[in-house]
Amino acid sequence: MPQESAITDLEQLKNHPAVARLLAWNSSAVQSVKFDREEMTIGVARENIREACALLRDDPQCAFNFLSDITCVDWYPSEPRFEVVYHLLSIPKKERVRLKVRLHSGSLAVESLTSVWPGANYFEREVFDLFGIRFTGHPYLRRILMPEDWEGYPLRKDYPVEGYR
Amino acid sequence: MAHLAPTPVLEPGQDRTMILNMGPQHPSTHGVLRVLLEIDGETVVRMMPDIGFLHTGIEKTCEAKFYQQVVPLTDRIDYLCPMTNNLCYVLAVEKLLQLEIPPKAQWLRVLLNELTRINSHLVWLGTHALDIGAMTVFLYCFREREEILKIFEMVSGQRMMTSYFRVGGIALEPPLGFFDRVRDFAGYFPSKVDEYENLLTGNPIWMMRTKGVALLTAEDALALGASGPTLRGSGVDIDLRRDMPYSGYENFKFKVPISQEGDVFARYMCRVQELRESTEIVNQALAGMPEGPIKADAPKVVLPDREKMKTQMEALIYHFKIITEGFAVPAGEVYQAVESPRGEMGYYIVSDGTAKPYRVHMRSACLANLQTLPKMCEGRLLADVVAAIGSIDIVLGEIDR
Repeated sequence: MPQESAITDLEQLKNHPAVARLLAWNSSAVQSVKFDREEMTIGVARENIREACALLRDDPQCAFNFLSDITCVDWYPSEPRFEVVYHLLSIPKKERVRLKVRLHSGSLAVESLTSVWPGANYFEREVFDLFGIRFTGHPYLRRILMPEDWEGYPLRKDYPVEGYR
Repeated sequence: MAHLAPTPVLEPGQDRTMILNMGPQHPSTHGVLRVLLEIDGETVVRMMPDIGFLHTGIEKTCEAKFYQQVVPLTDRIDYLCPMTNNLCYVLAVEKLLQLEIPPKAQWLRVLLNELTRINSHLVWLGTHALDIGAMTVFLYCFREREEILKIFEMVSGQRMMTSYFRVGGIALEPPLGFFDRVRDFAGYFPSKVDEYENLLTGNPIWMMRTKGVALLTAEDALALGASGPTLRGSGVDIDLRRDMPYSGYENFKFKVPISQEGDVFARYMCRVQELRESTEIVNQALAGMPEGPIKADAPKVVLPDREKMKTQMEALIYHFKIITEGFAVPAGEVYQAVESPRGEMGYYIVSDGTAKPYRVHMRSACLANLQTLPKMCEGRLLADVVAAIGSIDIVLGEIDR
């Protein structure tokens, strides 16, 4: 099992079409890059995520026209605690990219992608339901899997696996 | 279960409409889907799917299990295509470990995956036709499905919750007579598909109930995140098996059925043709099945053979270690997607370097496909809602997880 180490140097990865496009648009939007196990990850500043997605969708070089998934990872107790993870797929280019937004536990809100892809609706509701992250501009941000009156956010790391007793 | 108290959709003065509750106990919602419908006479004005009745917190449970122990949980997400879920999960973990899988294991995985696809499509076809009123097809489909379940039982000891794939390979060599039985099945199955098509494809009642019903344009389907036959039925040419091959799919030749119309009939035609294509892949896998080991050469991850355990000290130690402590996976994250019978099934796994996954997330194809339902039904007749639900082939276990 030879493990190749991840590339995290922006200089080496700046020619990747998605990175290049984002850098050309707003170099402060790209906070980190990582190329690991054949997968590209771009850390995006919180205030830029919606525009960055719209840009990657509409740019002919990138053409990330399909939103595969939105989810979240809780890195409790370290800060920034949450990472909202977006997986985009380019059907014409047959390529994937992963975008990440890091959130401090003090302000758990990020712009909703529903205006870019209406399909983000259920994914964002699920993240809201299970992690308690608010998506500003979401048309109907309510619990989706858990009962409406549920207390707590089950997928957070400080929530016990067997639930509160 | 967000809509226990639905937001009032009736404005004062708008007393033409009423709210109709459909499900969760409704025979044509394929499990426990609840749909709230605002109807004006026979016309659906608004539609709100309500999910979560089958939520069991599988993603949370995964975080408390060793990597190998997650495999049985993945069966239970989408109980109609267990092998597809097994495959997607083990591929993701293998990508994290950067394991090399021997060709025979890959081909067996492909073979069983295509049988799973046939199995899943048969349940879909049977229940979909039953919803629309064709009883006979249901019985025919379940007759052939029975044979597939027996094949699964033969190879894994289980009819539905197979858990046959392991990280690093597959559990056991297939038993004697397995390939002959699959060959038999693949031999006669196309004639059975002809039977289903004789009953449905040209049937005027079937066409009236499906053609032009529950239309979905390609733009809407893409924007709403639909995948699989729901997307291909709207004319978008994508199949992950062909376009982003995994597990050796690049060695197989098959067509990807596309329909342009975007109605229930188009999605039906896509899936029925996929039945034939899958049989073709099964035949190719049988013809070219390579020889060799079925497990990767990674003693710290893959359990040793029983024979070795009884003769070699090392093997016994590794067995004990893997069973009691699991195996550590290098830190990192991967997203692995496969083409499940319903669309893009994806696993996002984050490892922190320990023996238990830090985070497992399943990208459910059905959850995204379900979002297309209001688009298909609003402004249409109430009776077509049942046809639309059947045509996106949802499995609530996968939606709620």
